Amino acid sequence: MAAHRRSTDDPVWAKVLIIGLVLLFLGLVLVLPLAAVFAEALRKGLQPALEAISNPDALAAVKLTLLTAAITVPFNVVFGLCAAWAVAKHDFPGKSLLITLIDLPFSVSPVVAGLIYVLVFGLQGWFGERLIDHDIKIIFAVPGIVLATIFVTFPFIARELIPLMQEQGVSEEEAAVSMGASGLYTFWRVTAPNVRWGLLYGVLLCNARAMGEFGAVSVVSGHIRGLTNTMPLHVEILYNEYDFVGAFAVAALLCLLAIVTLVLKTALEVAQPAVRGRSGH
Amino acid sequence: MTAETAIAIRPTGRPLFRRRSAIPGFTLTLGVTLTVLSLIVLIPLSAVALKAAQLSPSEFLAVAFSQRAMAAYRLTFGAAFVAAVINGVFGVLTAWALVRYEFPGKALVNALVDLPFALPTAVAGIALATLYAPNGWVGSLLTPLGIKAAYNPIGVTIALVFIGLPFVVRTIEPVLRDLSDDVEEAAASLGAGRLSTIFRIVLPALGPSWLTGFALAFARGIGEYGSVIFIAGNMPFKSEIAPLLIIIQLEQFEYAHAAAIAVVMLAVSFLMLLIINAVQAWARRFS
Repeated sequence: MAAHRRSTDDPVWAKVLIIGLVLLFLGLVLVLPLAAVFAEALRKGLQPALEAISNPDALAAVKLTLLTAAITVPFNVVFGLCAAWAVAKHDFPGKSLLITLIDLPFSVSPVVAGLIYVLVFGLQGWFGERLIDHDIKIIFAVPGIVLATIFVTFPFIARELIPLMQEQGVSEEEAAVSMGASGLYTFWRVTAPNVRWGLLYGVLLCNARAMGEFGAVSVVSGHIRGLTNTMPLHVEILYNEYDFVGAFAVAALLCLLAIVTLVLKTALEVAQPAVRGRSGH
Repeated sequence: MTAETAIAIRPTGRPLFRRRSAIPGFTLTLGVTLTVLSLIVLIPLSAVALKAAQLSPSEFLAVAFSQRAMAAYRLTFGAAFVAAVINGVFGVLTAWALVRYEFPGKALVNALVDLPFALPTAVAGIALATLYAPNGWVGSLLTPLGIKAAYNPIGVTIALVFIGLPFVVRTIEPVLRDLSDDVEEAAASLGAGRLSTIFRIVLPALGPSWLTGFALAFARGIGEYGSVIFIAGNMPFKSEIAPLLIIIQLEQFEYAHAAAIAVVMLAVSFLMLLIINAVQAWARRFS
């Protein structure tokens, strides 16, 4: 092939220069931080790192992070499927406005995402006094953490599904419905098999963000150890207490999560090239 | 799309957009979508504007545009802009290498580009702070040169380069992949040198996607918090970013003041969103 495209091939020195620059840049910006996390975590050997991870406060943080993701991801799956079904399979006025509004949380700073829930549910907030009367805690408690996480991950799955379902059109579903299939049956047997890989892709990215969210959760959490600390918040606390081995040990766990996410995502892109890189987030 | 239009032009006697789709579940799914969107996103977001509106106009201006806030905006927008420019350059090079060249480890590089999407920002933050601190791996090399990279605006920029990179690469990559090399070949056969082909044919074709990637990276940068605060140093007037200012106001229970700063940030974010949409609409006219 190269022989036919010689006129559009770059000279070898340019190739080497560009690849070299790219590798140097990515090495400096991406690889070095990743390596630093593991190096710092293991600075005093494996034992202190393992102790930091198995500390009760760290385990509580792991549990809360898993719980948050376990609520956030299914919630966004249901929402994403509903939004994609409405937007991609039907026509209505204001559709592009709706898509823009679904994307909105991507443009909002995570700190502002936390702030809005403090303004609604916090002590001085809209429902503050009523919540105290009924002894319900949302801010500085788990519900606030879940809400803030849902907000920042809100567009992930919908954004993945909408263009995918739009591309696939409506003819298959219309055929199924015209032959007497119910809506739910049509979804399960016709639409779902077509979008499952795109859905999985969205779930992967949504889950990574849900487990790793820091800014929004930091505002609503109150940083109560063992109670409202997620893993990223626990990393911050340990780091600010100069417990660097502990901070980086928990951070290394989160790095492993990121690496697993990237491996699964790459495997998915290789196996199902149609799903790759839709959202850019 | 074609199937849909074919059905739509059937003489049903109804206006096009009123046509009921044969596919059920529209009312239910749209209802769920609008309800959830309102409860989770729209109504809580309106709380910021309503809270900020409790301030008198002069109070609002005094808080939202105080000298300390202005310094924070300058740093936030400035660092996000510089980081987006750096990513604009290296993002194009990375996308170019990934699309046009074969080299060992390419699959790994490709996967690695998305690391900032997958890695929690706080982890990136403490890692970068440790690397670029005066005694860190990189910082200790820079200190003898008289360069201080952490705990100042340079540190903020470094963190935002990390966060923004995949936005530029992943926006340009598909466009570059779809760019047919016929045009390049034509230019070359007409006697254009390789460099002039790239600068006059390839880069202009990448323009809209480059601008979109740049705007996405910039927009993400101005709101970023987790990766920045550890390396920023957080000195008022010097290395304090705007999102941190909101947190400081919240910690002092000045909710209306926090909302005022948030309103300014939201206004800039929405402006960026409009610009991104406009650029994409403009780009579609060429494709």
